Amino acid sequence: MNVLVCVKQIPDPNVPGKLDETSHRLVREGVDVVLDPGDEHGVEAGLQLVEKNGGDVTIVSMGPPKALDAIRKALSMGGARGILITDPALENADALSTARSIAAAIKGQPYDLIICGTESTDGYSGAVPGQIAELLGWPLLSFAKKIEVSDGKVTIDRQTDDGYDVVESPLPAVVTVTGGINEARYPSLRGIMQAKNKEVKQVSIQDLGLAGTVGKDALTQAVVRVTAAEARKAGEVIEDKGEGGKRVADFLAELKVI
Amino acid sequence: MIWVFAETVDGEPQPVVLEILTKARSLGEVEAVALGPGASRAAAALGAHGAGKVYVHEDPAFRDILAVPAVEVLAQLIEQHQPELVLFGMTYDGRDIASRLSAKLGTALIANATDLERKDGGIAVISPVFGGTLLVTTVARAKAPALVLVRPKAFTAEAANGAAAQIETLTAPPETGRAAARVLRREKEQAAGPRLEDAGVIVSGGRGLGGPENFSMLDELAAELGAAVGASRAVVDAGWKPYALQIGQTGKTVKPLVYIAVGISGAMQHTVGMKGAKTIIAINRDPEAPIFKLADLGVIGDVHKVVPQLIQEIRARKRK
Repeated sequence: MNVLVCVKQIPDPNVPGKLDETSHRLVREGVDVVLDPGDEHGVEAGLQLVEKNGGDVTIVSMGPPKALDAIRKALSMGGARGILITDPALENADALSTARSIAAAIKGQPYDLIICGTESTDGYSGAVPGQIAELLGWPLLSFAKKIEVSDGKVTIDRQTDDGYDVVESPLPAVVTVTGGINEARYPSLRGIMQAKNKEVKQVSIQDLGLAGTVGKDALTQAVVRVTAAEARKAGEVIEDKGEGGKRVADFLAELKVI
Repeated sequence: MIWVFAETVDGEPQPVVLEILTKARSLGEVEAVALGPGASRAAAALGAHGAGKVYVHEDPAFRDILAVPAVEVLAQLIEQHQPELVLFGMTYDGRDIASRLSAKLGTALIANATDLERKDGGIAVISPVFGGTLLVTTVARAKAPALVLVRPKAFTAEAANGAAAQIETLTAPPETGRAAARVLRREKEQAAGPRLEDAGVIVSGGRGLGGPENFSMLDELAAELGAAVGASRAVVDAGWKPYALQIGQTGKTVKPLVYIAVGISGAMQHTVGMKGAKTIIAINRDPEAPIFKLADLGVIGDVHKVVPQLIQEIRARKRK
């Protein structure tokens, strides 16, 4: 089976991010960028499916030329090839432009399954997977904590607030995966070496026939203001010298919780 | 006209729907759309919270097939009535429906809203970024309606003293011809104690617990306090706890009276989901953990010593 996994390169989520106050854009200069940790679960899910059912995994990303590093990381985990959609006109593009670009980049190619994380760690709107599904006319099976493929169908356990729903659809389909679905593998040294020679096709919006319909020419929304949120004040911090649990109990009693 | 997508389960509107209606009615006239079996039973509550009119469609397809039938019907209704704005709760289904709909209509989709305001004749949407340290205000640039996903707990639901909602019942079968993602069955996983969304007290665990087996200590503590158990992303990513318990940016926003963070460092990813708690207590070994900058009471120490002592102490006081 042919699996496509969508990935995103994001600023290191462990480092506080900054917005440029005039352009309202993410400051990318001087900030380390990484493959979104949520996407590693998507790559892992794709790899496990093809290891079981045969076929291979293609990695797609939209981003600046540097996003190639994120694709290489996914290839070092075991992806077979990559597609990088990169174009200056896509800088600061919104979710719908991203979805249109990815849908156009794979049009006519025989993918059985597209896997995405439920949302990116930086933007966290979670809009792109549903938009891709709609643009392709494919079903979306979201928030999967388990995926199985057999007989031309995909079945997932879909997370709910009090358990899960078993959801099934015919292929092709789009699936989003939650963090708990698997533990993502670390790239092996051999994987890292091999990834350097794997094909990554770079395409522009011109190549996709999307000039003028995505990116800055087609923004559906605009950020007009950025302000600092009210900070919470720190309270008392004590070191546990054998009485820490008691101190918490006292505090809970003051709060009338116990 | 502002529309609210009124997600219902067996005729009960989801709590976030009533929260959104409460806010929406301060911005203009409000109508709601309720889809699925029992939807008409939700109309009374929707009216009480500010909807002047409720479009109701009771077809079981809305319950049994993910997103697509709702998207088809919403697209038709939107074309017919041209609302200025459609608000959705940022739930599993709300997000699927709104994202598909935005692609179908070519409209803006603004997610993670925690506030809305009138601005220059339009609506501005406020969402937290970077762990809630910054607030961005976004406006729609595409044709109406803008679709907005509102995070649960952003507003407090309050009934209005309005007239009952007018009900318009729709019956034309929704389009389901396209390949569908169908719900085969629903499994409930027994969880003790209250739901995270409703809990007055939450006990939440992170990587600092050391391993999944140590969560039982938190389950015990939660049972003593009548609390719900939550988890950080690190713990969910490691497979110790299901995604439904994840608190944070990716995950749930909670606003309990008391939030007890155990072995949670307080990465931005997590704090955006819990900094609205009235009181925060943190227990962590690392004195540099950012969670201590938010906590009303912080205990620097070994969770394996502090938590058992806390449980013992609570039990002792209960016996008195």
